[in-house]
Amino acid sequence: MEERIIGLVKRVNGPVIEAMGVTDARMLELVRVGQSRLVGEVVKLSGDGAVIQVYEDATGIAPRDPIFGSGMPMSVELGPGLLGTIYDGIQRPLEAIRGLSGHFIERGVTAESLDRAKRWHFVPSVQAGTRLEPGATIGTIQETSRIEHRVLAPPDVSGTLLSVAAEGDYTVTQTVATVRTVSGEVELPFFQRWPIRVPRPVARRLPLNQPLVSGQRVIDTLFPLAKGGTVAIPGGFGTGKTMTQHAIAKWCDADIIVYIGCGERGNEMTDVLTEFPKLVDPRTGKSLMERTILIANTSNMPVSAREASIYTGVTLAEYFRDQGYHVAVMADSTSRWAEALRELSGRMEEMPAEEGFPAYLPTRVAEFYERAGYMVSLGGAEGSVSIIGAVSPPGGDFSEPVTQHTKRFVRCFWGLDRQLANARHYPAISWLDSYSEYADDVKPWWDERVGPAWAVGRAEIMELLRREVRLLQVVKLVGPDALPDGQRFIIDVCSLFKNAFLQQNAFDDIDRYSSAEKQSRMLAIILVYWQRGAQAIKRGVPLSDLKRLKVIQEVNKMKFSYADDQLDELDRLSARLERAVDRLEEDHA
Amino acid sequence: MPEPRVDPELERALMAGRDYIGLSRVDGPLVFVRKTHPVGYRELIECVDAEGHTRLGMVLDTSDEVVVAQVFEGTQGLTMPGSRVRFCGHPLAVGVSQDMLGRVFDGLGRPIDGGPFPSRGEERDVNGRPINPTAREYPRDFIQTGISAIDGMNTLIRGQKLPIFSGNGLPHNELAAQIARQAKLRGGTNDFAVVFAAMGVKHDVARYFTRSFEETGTLDKVALFLSLADDPSIERIITPRVALTLAEHLAYDCGLHVLVIMTDMSNYCESLREISTIRGEIPSRKGYPGYLYSDLAELYERSGMIKGLPGSITQLPILTMPNDDISHPIPDLSGYITEGQIVFERDMSGRGLYPPVAGLPSLSRLMKDGIGTGMTRADHPHLASQLFAAYSYVKDARNLASVIGEDELTPLDQDYLAFGNSFEKTFINQGRNEDRPIERTLDLGWEALKLLPAEELHRVTDEELRRHYHGGEPLDA
Repeated sequence: MEERIIGLVKRVNGPVIEAMGVTDARMLELVRVGQSRLVGEVVKLSGDGAVIQVYEDATGIAPRDPIFGSGMPMSVELGPGLLGTIYDGIQRPLEAIRGLSGHFIERGVTAESLDRAKRWHFVPSVQAGTRLEPGATIGTIQETSRIEHRVLAPPDVSGTLLSVAAEGDYTVTQTVATVRTVSGEVELPFFQRWPIRVPRPVARRLPLNQPLVSGQRVIDTLFPLAKGGTVAIPGGFGTGKTMTQHAIAKWCDADIIVYIGCGERGNEMTDVLTEFPKLVDPRTGKSLMERTILIANTSNMPVSAREASIYTGVTLAEYFRDQGYHVAVMADSTSRWAEALRELSGRMEEMPAEEGFPAYLPTRVAEFYERAGYMVSLGGAEGSVSIIGAVSPPGGDFSEPVTQHTKRFVRCFWGLDRQLANARHYPAISWLDSYSEYADDVKPWWDERVGPAWAVGRAEIMELLRREVRLLQVVKLVGPDALPDGQRFIIDVCSLFKNAFLQQNAFDDIDRYSSAEKQSRMLAIILVYWQRGAQAIKRGVPLSDLKRLKVIQEVNKMKFSYADDQLDELDRLSARLERAVDRLEEDHA
Repeated sequence: MPEPRVDPELERALMAGRDYIGLSRVDGPLVFVRKTHPVGYRELIECVDAEGHTRLGMVLDTSDEVVVAQVFEGTQGLTMPGSRVRFCGHPLAVGVSQDMLGRVFDGLGRPIDGGPFPSRGEERDVNGRPINPTAREYPRDFIQTGISAIDGMNTLIRGQKLPIFSGNGLPHNELAAQIARQAKLRGGTNDFAVVFAAMGVKHDVARYFTRSFEETGTLDKVALFLSLADDPSIERIITPRVALTLAEHLAYDCGLHVLVIMTDMSNYCESLREISTIRGEIPSRKGYPGYLYSDLAELYERSGMIKGLPGSITQLPILTMPNDDISHPIPDLSGYITEGQIVFERDMSGRGLYPPVAGLPSLSRLMKDGIGTGMTRADHPHLASQLFAAYSYVKDARNLASVIGEDELTPLDQDYLAFGNSFEKTFINQGRNEDRPIERTLDLGWEALKLLPAEELHRVTDEELRRHYHGGEPLDA
């Protein structure tokens, strides 16, 4: 980087540094502070003063330390080598940092985001002399065994292609194409930079109509998320936000996962790092790590980098979307990001709005979630970015500002319930608080995949759950014996549904993932029990006999017993259930 | 435009010895010094009062006009013209060595047991550095504490941070001491050490721990850092950092398995609030600073294991929940950082149960990877899950019983009540010196489950039922 002193430190207050004598700094310019060259960003300019947010621990920075400008905004490097890598909040590769500074992260350590020495095998897909439009594919690289990396023209480059490199091995910095643009010749290497706070441009947005199938029954069946959609997962500590995020990251049918550990535990990132390489994607049979990018900015890493990590992650996601992939972004947790905003805002002595959060919090939340969507890229490829944001409300109280503002900008809400978590009912997604506005959007997909039963069954079970709530209120007052069998049966069916269907064991080899077909059959079996059982009770069969049926035990354990490829077993179970109810009815006829 | 500093390192070294006479303002634990040379953020200061006593402090805010520093030993008796301030040019560092085991220190790491300064190794910045997530080893070694409520239901794992959320008057000190006495890794090495950080606790609490270590003859493996209730509150900000700096040395350089007990985190947070308020920062909930989460994380995240290094740091912070309110910012933010929590329930304590560990809100996040075949016993994961499920039903049944009376309950609900009572009295409840092996804990769990009909037990396998519930022989025996 060119050494250009743009000013001097005036005051240091935690991660916020006031500068003086600032001559030619730009807003949001990437700067380096002091002799240890701490990474920072210009966030405010006034007269010859500026405010700089530093992304590293500011210990030791003193007034009159120099500030070096870089002339470019805070950007990420986009190119081959992102997949399977773990970065910190400002895209420093943590493995490489470990090689440089050991077990602990020292200050001012720098390493290139993309490995400069590694050679990638490039296959050109365009010829010299043709016209190159922004976002067009220049060639491809087989980055991992499952992901073909498409080398794209940057969104701001178009013109006549003068030359393209022949098929062969190149590093990320070597020029692979030369373009004559209106402003002169531009040499394009594999990698490009993009400022993290600016969404990458697209041709247009498409309506959302495909579900992001997660294999988690409560999600796919009751509260589906669409590809390109946004969802918030709020929950107090210990309710399983991270476990839910991990489960989706492991099993959802996105092509690429960007997992942002924003202000969370170090061991959780280690868990992902040790577990993902061992897990196999049920669809491709490849290691899950081959499709995953991790951004780890744990709670003890600098708070301002936490603020940046969310943008870093979503920018990487957009880059793969532009190549025509479906990307799921897990942000765990957006509350820590909002708190980072609050802390920085407080240090800058801005006027606070609710609970000390800055007044621009809702704007920032909206901007972030709007970067999701199902898009046609500039190059004509269809891809999507889905955002799954965890929210950690203080005291588990959903009325706090971050949850409330997030709710305004997402269309799907998976509220985690303390009572369920306490009973170790996981995923603890409450069927009463949660909702999905995508249910109608994705209905055609389900109709085509498993038939109309999905939508009908979903409506029926939701209605039962609603009726159960009212009945449980009565039970609380007078005990279950006061209810007639027909009503107690509703409670019984719902508790079967919760045990056998909603609860899902993330650590069981069979239960951790359920295909759409398995989910729909399991739901059908429970509804068979409901419909046939209700009929039997009308015909005089006592509820206690119905509950004692041996086959109910099998229904209770069907999620563990039958894998995704044993759908016929589930059909047989359904038939056994019908026969058992038939026999009961005969006995009481 | 002012000139940039030519060689800041050299300049700072030259300036480090310079004394500034007179303070421009003293406000609570903060001192303000005007017109200094450029002073680094978080630099260590020495403040010498009129009597010649040196007090240590740290720079919180530095600018070309005024430097704000907090004085750990309090500002009592400081005079504005008569005090001198020296900036040391480096952050607060402590020298750490294995010789510090068996000794008692004040909140800033100076010996107070009458002995000499221990031989000190390398000086280390007390703030530590974040562990690179790629360097962490995921913790999965089961620690047997001999306490059923922990081993069976909320298993402690080596390298975990598992706080005790307690209340005033509840036996958290007894439990922490019992864990420190009994904790062992089964079949593994037991090169352990205990680092004890007391923040704002009373003398008798400190004495209780000392005596407890003495009685078991382990005092030579314990280092105590005491910032007691009558010490300046500001010192407590540094105490856990000094303690953890020693713990990191013992774990990662000396290869010991270190258990860090920090009590009471609530006092620590209150000191933080005190400074924040005096500095006029914008508060978030209940007057605590917005950075309370990040600050606590800086402490709690200094636990764990590192790839290729033999030692580990397991943290057992104790915090008393103000008014027993778990949604208070201190327990709430702690719960978001730590890997689970042991929650005490006043009602259980009132019924004479020890330890009064609330069954449902307590949790160990790392439990899943440290129990089961080869670690504890094959049936452990399912048994624990079943106990949680059944106990959660007990709570509903009890609520119902309090409305309609126990006699009106269905036979099944009455079974659950019986299970709940037996579970609390025989499984959770145990003696203060009772050291139960894990097998005994698990068997007691099955004993309690036998009060429920077999078809209620959905979370255990048929084979586990046959073997433990019906008392059958193992199939492979």
